[in-house]
Amino acid sequence: MMSRLILLIFIFPASHLACHVRGSRNQNGERLGVEPASEVTAEGRAGPRPPGGRWSRGVPLDCRGAYWAKMAAMTKALPRRLVGLASLRAVSTSSMDTLPKQVKIVEVGPRDGLQNEKNIVSTPVKIKLIDMLSEAGLSVIEATSFVSPKWVPQMADHAEVLKGIQKFPGITYPVLIPNLKGFEAAVAAGAKEVSIFGAASELFTKKNINCSIEESFQRFDAILKAAQSANISVRGYVSCVLGCPYEGKISPAKVAEVTKKFYSMGCYEISLGDTIGVGTPGIMKDMLSAVMQEVPPAALAVHCHDTYGQALANTLMALQMGVSVVDSSVAGLGGCPYAQGASGNLATEDLVYMLEGLGIHTVSPPTPWWRQP
Amino acid sequence: MMSRLILLIFIFPASHLACHVRGSRNQNGERLGVEPASEVTAEGRAGPRPPGGRWSRGVPLDCRGAYWAKMAAMTKALPRRLVGLASLRANIVSTPVKIKLIDMLSEAGLSVIEATSFVSPKWVPQMADHAEVLKGIQKFPGITYPVLIPNLKGFEAAVAAGAKEVSIFGAASELFTKKNINCSIEESFQRFDAILKAAQSANISVRGYVSCVLGCPYEGKISPAKVAEVTKKFYSMGCYEISLGDTIGVGTPGIMKDMLSAVMQEVPPAALAVHCHDTYGQALANTLMALQMGVSVVDSSVAGLGGCPYAQGASGNLATEDLVYMLEGLGIHTGVNLQKLLEAGNFICQALNRKTSSKVAQATCKL
Repeated sequence: MMSRLILLIFIFPASHLACHVRGSRNQNGERLGVEPASEVTAEGRAGPRPPGGRWSRGVPLDCRGAYWAKMAAMTKALPRRLVGLASLRAVSTSSMDTLPKQVKIVEVGPRDGLQNEKNIVSTPVKIKLIDMLSEAGLSVIEATSFVSPKWVPQMADHAEVLKGIQKFPGITYPVLIPNLKGFEAAVAAGAKEVSIFGAASELFTKKNINCSIEESFQRFDAILKAAQSANISVRGYVSCVLGCPYEGKISPAKVAEVTKKFYSMGCYEISLGDTIGVGTPGIMKDMLSAVMQEVPPAALAVHCHDTYGQALANTLMALQMGVSVVDSSVAGLGGCPYAQGASGNLATEDLVYMLEGLGIHTVSPPTPWWRQP
Repeated sequence: MMSRLILLIFIFPASHLACHVRGSRNQNGERLGVEPASEVTAEGRAGPRPPGGRWSRGVPLDCRGAYWAKMAAMTKALPRRLVGLASLRANIVSTPVKIKLIDMLSEAGLSVIEATSFVSPKWVPQMADHAEVLKGIQKFPGITYPVLIPNLKGFEAAVAAGAKEVSIFGAASELFTKKNINCSIEESFQRFDAILKAAQSANISVRGYVSCVLGCPYEGKISPAKVAEVTKKFYSMGCYEISLGDTIGVGTPGIMKDMLSAVMQEVPPAALAVHCHDTYGQALANTLMALQMGVSVVDSSVAGLGGCPYAQGASGNLATEDLVYMLEGLGIHTGVNLQKLLEAGNFICQALNRKTSSKVAQATCKL
């Protein structure tokens, strides 16, 4: 039985937004970070997916310093978890049979990738890049991020970019939004799909958007309600699923809890981000095993950073586990603001090469039910 | 219960030699490539392993669980070593720098480090100082320093310089073999046989390499059956271990799986290693698949040195730092001190005036 591997390559606003965590400042001395979310109701939502998706925010982070210190302390105290070859071989025995024959690829370079660039990329260049990616056959391209230019100057031209790109039929162009205000601006500019960002780490959430995970859910809920009313799909991102620069090791149970919440609130899909690229295949496997107890595999994606060269191997493990959506970035754009010189996101070219070699064809997805006439 | 499962093979000159295939020329216009082998008998050899028996090279590993216990039972008699690979292609690296690099790799905990290549300087100028390097390095106890040899003459020179282990190269592609050493695969076996006989007499271990196992720059797709045939031949002739090389890095995990499935029908997994090039960014994923298939020996190169003569600007071998990072994350103890390994990589990159290809090294490097 073939299963469809859907690759969502979506890297633009997520980690870019995450790059500007609270506490960092731009060249004008202004504080950078996620713009505070507007007040939302505490009412959660379950039931059928609203038209649209959700938010995730990811931050490519350096895993030196605090992270490694924490990991060193934790690994000394805890017995070594043996994922090892026994576990790997168990996955492999049927792995090739479960890989899908068709995959959807989504590109995140225009947002997550460019966001990490020091020099401001001009609007025409951004538009041309997105148009070229559309012509390359990618079916989901995260175009920009509707955050305040004060926080993320690179994305200041978000409305112009979204309005300026060619909207190819069969291709979706989601945009990142930090809050309800950003959502409204995105919709006004013509967005049909938005992304929201959360994290599996309390400390990371606190430092990034100055609230707890629970409070962030309250904020997101208002967005999801508005999105449902406006027939906008919402995709959710969960950052730090394989490790956090502040907390170190992240429990798979916590990732599952946050992912489940996003899913129940109405996100049609949740992208699980190894934000600082510290994960390895065994950790990926453990995390996905936990998450898949709570959320159907078809609603999951992985978003691997290549900070430590593990992205493709981690992605392969995720595919073997049944994930059918993968985020990646053209030319491996992205980087890590906490690791000078570090590499960025999983490169779309390398991902496509592997998928093609595996006999997995990349095609556009069928029209979602909520978009059918 | 501990058993050492994953063997990190750190290969110094091997792929370096492979880089200088027939048809390429040095700055003097002289043809580069493997020096033609001397005539050998057609007599093959099978039967008992040469002195040194079944060696496995790799890193001592932490292992628990039923799988590991089983592997321990299978392999506990086999020593594990790390062979290191550093392919220095660009500028001629001075002898002291090469010696220092190897010493640093020894101190990093790698247990097998392929030190040099006893080929004619006419073919591979970078390896002209092979005897000096082999004599100049510190020989740490518990670490082996194999050297590549192209023929019997090279073997004799290597032994004279103190080599205790040698490596020989074949390929799963007829065209590649023809272009590289100007003979057929069958003829190459005849040449190797003389080496293996001499090695057995001298109590020298021999490791075999099979190139182009996942694709050939001349033939394109390579059949797994052919790889299995060549590997089996090497094994039966007396190589204690055979490293299967994706020489041009074109392989992907599915192809790796198919190839290994075929080879493992003919040769025990414990005698196999994989040698992945990262030309298309697939090395670590391919290696992961090999581990899942039961391979327990992996070749890699500090700083991802290597490159590919068929793809200008392409990256090189699997970076040892990135491999160690993955293995450690999988709970597989390697015995390698990553910090010291990073220092070795940094050292050689500075000497070469080039950027590291290791992502781990890039992530920990401050600009």
